[in-house]
Amino acid sequence: MLLRILISAYQCQSVALGRRGDLRRSVMRTPVHLTNRTNLVSFLQVIYMMKQIYLDNSATTAVAPEVMEAMAPFFSAEYGNASSLHGFGLRTRHAMEKSREEIADTLQASPAEIVFTSGATEANNLAIQGAARARPNRRHLIISKIEHHSVLHTCQWMETQGYEVTYLDVDRSGAIDLDELRGAIRDETLLVSIMAGNNEIGTLAPISEIGAICREKGVLFHTDAVQAYGKIPLPIETVDLLSVSAHKLSGPKGVGLLFVRKKTPLLSIVHGGEHEQGRRSGTENVPGIIGMAAAARLSFGEMEETAARLRGYRKQLIAEIAAIPGTQLNGHETESLHHIANFSFQGIEGESMVMKLDEHGIAVSTGSACSSPNLEPSHVLVALRIPLAMAHGSLRISTGRQTTAEEIDTLLKFLPRVVEELRVISPFKVGE
Amino acid sequence: MYTDKVIEHFRHPHNMGKLDDYSAIGKVGNIVCGDVMWLYIKVEKDEQGREIIADISWETFGCTAAIATSSMSSEIAKGKTLDAAIAITNREVAEGLGGLPPVKMHCSALAADALNEAIYAYLAEAGREIPPILARRHDRISKEVIALEERYRAFPEAEESAT
Ligand SMILES: Cc1ncc(COP(=O)(O)O)c(C=O)c1O
Ligand code: FES
Repeated sequence: MLLRILISAYQCQSVALGRRGDLRRSVMRTPVHLTNRTNLVSFLQVIYMMKQIYLDNSATTAVAPEVMEAMAPFFSAEYGNASSLHGFGLRTRHAMEKSREEIADTLQASPAEIVFTSGATEANNLAIQGAARARPNRRHLIISKIEHHSVLHTCQWMETQGYEVTYLDVDRSGAIDLDELRGAIRDETLLVSIMAGNNEIGTLAPISEIGAICREKGVLFHTDAVQAYGKIPLPIETVDLLSVSAHKLSGPKGVGLLFVRKKTPLLSIVHGGEHEQGRRSGTENVPGIIGMAAAARLSFGEMEETAARLRGYRKQLIAEIAAIPGTQLNGHETESLHHIANFSFQGIEGESMVMKLDEHGIAVSTGSACSSPNLEPSHVLVALRIPLAMAHGSLRISTGRQTTAEEIDTLLKFLPRVVEELRVISPFKVGE
Repeated sequence: MYTDKVIEHFRHPHNMGKLDDYSAIGKVGNIVCGDVMWLYIKVEKDEQGREIIADISWETFGCTAAIATSSMSSEIAKGKTLDAAIAITNREVAEGLGGLPPVKMHCSALAADALNEAIYAYLAEAGREIPPILARRHDRISKEVIALEERYRAFPEAEESAT
């Protein structure tokens, strides 16, 4: 029996690998892979269920079992193309439209205002570029300096296309100045894009007020609500465009949406089969959309309860980390998403903190230059004007619905030790 | 992303800390991402009367790769004659660790530079002749340290302890 399994595993591998050369190379590589201690350790961690503590929920979240269950039939039994006329197609279209309605409800929107996309990166691109195509004579954009790269880099690209972009400063907590925003709006301004809650530091923006200013001045308001949607109630009466991504709320990766308020001028940036009322072509990711609706159902259903619990963890983190000398909170103590807390530790570097915590099975992230592919510190931390060396020692802890009080306690047990260990290594001693 | 050797040195760094009784320090900063390393050496004569690095230690503010390369290069340099230590390259240090990700190669330069600076400081203090390669590298490194200090002006702790 065992032999049969081994043989079939080997056959699977050779089939998957196809060419002989590949097979040989892979066989030669296999022992290296197995003797690689890091791989072995993570393998054993999984096998022996060494307690893994995932505190990087603003990067992505685990797909909830309910969500998996809701999606499953749409990979196998109900695989029809939602554009097809036969029963297969009609059934998936029906399920997809039901999901659209459910999601629209969570935004107090109508189903026709929901455009499904491949995620928030695409939704942000569609909002900005799509609005620009629809109003070609408006050639000025306003965003904050702490927008996600999918907004920031889109606007930087728009600059190369002859657009002018105003990058609003933020204060030390990450808030924009509303008077400055008001003053920046001109006749030729197309759109203002300010994220609802920041993904690195959690700071919230007053989207109702920002939207009201935009209304008054007759410009469009887009908000990237990726981190806020499903976490807090969103007052979007004055929002014209809003982006959501499923994988931040226990849904699958690769699916998101753009809410487009009725009568908002918007042209497609992806051309093809005229799906999504011609605003986004491409066969809809039906399992993903079903999953996003299930994730929204889940998140909205338990919103208050989860928010209260995670808010408690955040308070505890802020209080106990403040007791470690040479630390600071980056962001705002209260005007913040409850699932994100960002700290800086003097004299040590974030990537090494992440690696040390990982040894204890704790997953967090950092905005340190050393951890980024271009060796630049996080643009968000730089915009807060915190000293570069403090940006270097930043750590983002982001909780999720599955986070437990015990996990927070474990983090708080190891974190001071890790900080101490690295400070011993560092030439910069704190408090000497 | 990192080899086991890197992780091993990161977890259990060798020669870490400050030497009580050192002959010279090399202080370097890496302008690419703003990491800092201080390297202490104790120079003594061996039985043949050659000057060797009898003891070595370091303190590093930097990433996993910077800490691991600090550890590795101190191991390589320990017991070497000054001439042999000058000849240590960052490539050699990286190879000793089973390689580094390309984006992290510059971290290994930090350790090689610190060693260079410590030996430079030792020879300069003793009023000895500086080998041209050491002097050339010293010029480049000094410029980089100034650039780093500019960038880190807002970090008071760094300034205080650096002076
Ligand atoms: C604030 C914010 N906007 C946009 C995105 C991009 O979303 P997606 O991964 O769905 O493209 C993310 C997550 O990466 C985010 O945190
Ligand atoms: S020290 Fe910054 S990347 Fe290694």
